[in-house]
Amino acid sequence: MCLAIPAKVTALEDGGMAVVALEGVKKRISVALVDGVAEGDYVLVHVGYALHKVSAEEAARTLALMAEAGILEEGLQEIAEGAS
Amino acid sequence: MKYVDEFRARDLAEKLARQIAREAQTGRDYHFMEFCGGHTHAIFRYGVQDLMPANVHFVHGPGCPVCVLPVRRLDDAVELAEKHGVILATYGDMMRVPGTKQRSLIRARADGADIRMIYSTQDALKIARANPDRQVVFFAIGFETTTPPTAVAILQAEAKGLENFSVFCNHVLTPSAIGHVLESPEVRDLGTVNIDGFLGPSHVSSVIGSQPYEFFAREFAKPVVIAGFEPLDVMQSVLMLVRQVNEGRAEVENEYTRVVTRDGNLKAQTLVSDVFELRESFEWRGLGTVPYSALRIRDAYAAFDAEKRFAISEKQSRETKSCECPAILRGAKKPTDCKLFGTVCTPDNPMGSCMVSSEGACAAYWTYGRFREQAAKRERVPA
Ligand code: SF4
Repeated sequence: MCLAIPAKVTALEDGGMAVVALEGVKKRISVALVDGVAEGDYVLVHVGYALHKVSAEEAARTLALMAEAGILEEGLQEIAEGAS
Repeated sequence: MKYVDEFRARDLAEKLARQIAREAQTGRDYHFMEFCGGHTHAIFRYGVQDLMPANVHFVHGPGCPVCVLPVRRLDDAVELAEKHGVILATYGDMMRVPGTKQRSLIRARADGADIRMIYSTQDALKIARANPDRQVVFFAIGFETTTPPTAVAILQAEAKGLENFSVFCNHVLTPSAIGHVLESPEVRDLGTVNIDGFLGPSHVSSVIGSQPYEFFAREFAKPVVIAGFEPLDVMQSVLMLVRQVNEGRAEVENEYTRVVTRDGNLKAQTLVSDVFELRESFEWRGLGTVPYSALRIRDAYAAFDAEKRFAISEKQSRETKSCECPAILRGAKKPTDCKLFGTVCTPDNPMGSCMVSSEGACAAYWTYGRFREQAAKRERVPA
């Protein structure tokens, strides 16, 4: 549950929510914790909340590592299980 | 997205390893505690210990949120679901942790309690909205990364007048736990646990910043290097720690500047301090009662505090007999010192919290370290 996964913001919604895309999965998350999130930004997502923005390079790097470590799958599953 | 190769680069890791071996002085040992369960996981997954010279050691710390929750609080959550008839919403990791008499949330659920696994506090709010005639309690655990989402949920519940939602708050604080480890008798008096420096957590630090560690770097004269959770980050941070030790420095350094700043995420910090205040003391598994190490909900939001809304009874809670999690969480023992490890206790049938979460030391040993340690033992036996 300590996992934080980088994801790209594809749409901003009302009430501090946003939609992120992650490996083809779309997920609604909260951006209430980070100021100035814009479409196209990468954010680190932890338990359904953006914790902060990261660069595209950092996002790619982290995802590669997580995939290699076999924890990306675990994280994606965790996300998918949540009532969307 | 295309995955980059650079972190698979073994040669980079080996280069760093050689540098560490060159700079680590023979004739002395270096013990570094990685606080965070994510680091424990990475160290095992990538065999980072194998790349270290023989005199550089990792000590596993208490930074796995599921692991440090005392049995009593878990028993309380079971009581909320069973006796008070609430819908208990919880993160998946908590489900299989054994409470007193091996009673876990998953068992309580099998016996009919309404316990729901959620991914986000937003899901807990959704359940509350969908069940207006039921009480919904969010069983909140975790360090500084997981606390802000709980704060947001409480603020939203208040704004929307969601009266059937409350939080059983068990949020804990990283810096006070590190300070407590340094003051434990094993470190201070008995000398059975040596700690020469800390690998600071990655994502926790992205929220609280590097500044909160400055106090005990100064006070306890121990270096802290905040490390990303990639293997090369960990190794680079070890090198930085070795250098500090060699030069007699005890400073907070930040290897993870890609994400961590000195001040952290101020917006998240503000929301947290709006909703929560310090508890005078809180019990941790393994560490005992630690002053000012956890948060409770402020009076202004008392309506959303499950501890105020429900009369939770006093009870005698007990760890599984001979489970060594408490000593492991203090860095005083290793999973392999536990009689139950790998025999009675496995990830499929966990006897203690350290075997449940993938960030727990026992689970990491089981998954990545078990066979390696056995092989090493065999090698040591003279032919
Ligand atoms: S192996 Fe199991 S019983 Fe032993 S310390 Fe670890 S979690 Fe506890």
